[in-house]
Amino acid sequence: MRKVSRLSRFNVASLALGLAFLYLPILILVIYSFNASRLVTVWGGWSLRWYHEFFNDRAMIEAAWMSFRVAVSSATIATLLGTLAAVALSRGERFRGRTLFSGMLYAPLVMPEVITGLSLLLLFVALNAERGFWTVTIAHTTLTMCFVAVVVQSRLGSLDRSLEEAAMDLGCDPVRAFLSMTLPLIAPAIVAGWMLAFTLSLDDLVIASFTTGPGSATLPIRIYSEVRLGVKPEINAICTLVIALIAVVIVIASLASKLSSSQGESAAPL
Amino acid sequence: MSSRRIFARPARFAAIAPYVWMVLFFLVPFAFVLKISLSLTAIAQPPYEPVFDLMAGWDALKAAFAALSIDNFKLLVSDDIYVFAYVRSLTVAVTATALLLLIGYPIAYGMARLPKSWQAVAMVLVIVPFWTSFLIRIYAWINILQHDGLLNQILLALHLVSQPLVWLSTNSAMYIGIVYSYLPFMILPLYATLAKMEPALEEAAGDLGAPPWQVFWLVTFPLSLPGVGAGVLLCFIPIVGEFVIPDLLAGSNSLMIGQTLWLEFFTNKDWPVASAAAIVLLVVLLVPLLLYERLQKRQLEQGR
Repeated sequence: MRKVSRLSRFNVASLALGLAFLYLPILILVIYSFNASRLVTVWGGWSLRWYHEFFNDRAMIEAAWMSFRVAVSSATIATLLGTLAAVALSRGERFRGRTLFSGMLYAPLVMPEVITGLSLLLLFVALNAERGFWTVTIAHTTLTMCFVAVVVQSRLGSLDRSLEEAAMDLGCDPVRAFLSMTLPLIAPAIVAGWMLAFTLSLDDLVIASFTTGPGSATLPIRIYSEVRLGVKPEINAICTLVIALIAVVIVIASLASKLSSSQGESAAPL
Repeated sequence: MSSRRIFARPARFAAIAPYVWMVLFFLVPFAFVLKISLSLTAIAQPPYEPVFDLMAGWDALKAAFAALSIDNFKLLVSDDIYVFAYVRSLTVAVTATALLLLIGYPIAYGMARLPKSWQAVAMVLVIVPFWTSFLIRIYAWINILQHDGLLNQILLALHLVSQPLVWLSTNSAMYIGIVYSYLPFMILPLYATLAKMEPALEEAAGDLGAPPWQVFWLVTFPLSLPGVGAGVLLCFIPIVGEFVIPDLLAGSNSLMIGQTLWLEFFTNKDWPVASAAAIVLLVVLLVPLLLYERLQKRQLEQGR
């Protein structure tokens, strides 16, 4: 902690400005959702009027319910598949097609969503599948299982393998050793993975637009079509509710990863 | 050692379900994109005329390959709209990534200089907006940037301008939106490398008489290059295909390739051309990915 590495005034300023830049817009949005005025920009006192409006908007409620169902089911399937993938990649050592497998798991993380959405839509059309809840769920599972795999894999990588080996030396078969030793140790990462998958699915607009059918819009699709027509105070209220829901999820996920890091090395950053 | 082997076998079986899933819903769809990009445009439903039918057997497949049409790709190269869209996407991505690096680096650097216990707090603070819906974050900016929005109200109140400025539907609004949305993706990999860096190296350079800017430019920055590479890649690739942010914040006069693709697909219903555009985009994006991989390999070799 000598002169170069000390926190300079410049460091503090850039940090403070950066965090302000990240948080102020969201804060303003939340404050204006309690605005009584119909004009979004004129302050008319505190009010819950726009929340009331939202809860009476059938189309929005239906879209929110659809989003929630898709997020829960796709996050659950994605967590199952992603955890299996992570186990295979970090414990399976070599198997045929491993390179292709890990390539397929990492590609969706960086690929533009427009391409993922387009290709899945073309598949569903070719299969003549009816588009709606299930097609969106499948699409979201495909995307989010890759994130789950990354999170769980990094936890598995930091785990001491001798624990599994000790269990097996004491007479456990590999599956028992995994279930009784490894699984409890990576459980916090699995929980964090589910949460990440859940919020990613709740958030997704592009892939859902490609893979859903008429009459089964998700919440982002609804919000998007409203926003394109102009700003409405009701949207502020919906957005605040979504932010609140995600905040709850983050608190749970960070508790889970705290648990995970107190048991071993640092948890995955996501 | 032997128990590790025993474990490997059932672990391999764990790959089966996710493997099948990814082949079905990730790899196979690209076969369809490729197939349709080589098809002819038709007005029928679905709006393309297949050139070959995978179910028709090997002979039919061979005949179809002999008569493959690459007209859709030729159209992409000859039509100005597409060429402009690709050029604009790349320009926007390069500019935005440079801005992100410029803005994200000091923040990441500041985080890495914090006391250890504060670093964890700062990291959570940077990640939280990443968890918050990006559509909502863009919408928050529309609130601020619109004609009678907060920004113009503040500028008017401070008498910096005499009448409201136009912010929405401009390039500046789009860059604000992109930088805002992608900032965590730039900060996190930068922070990861900066936090691991040995502070003694900077101190040594300082003790040897280098002024702070030289310490930064000759020691800190070169050592943080892996983080710079990862951050640039994490931002650049998705920005090229970005669709929602330019659609909501930029004007509609000059489109990026993501929007062009979307319009071609949903409005013009020209699926073959949209598919061809997607494939070209994919090929374009492979270039920075492969470059990054080569760079990483070289760094690994140097490290040894």
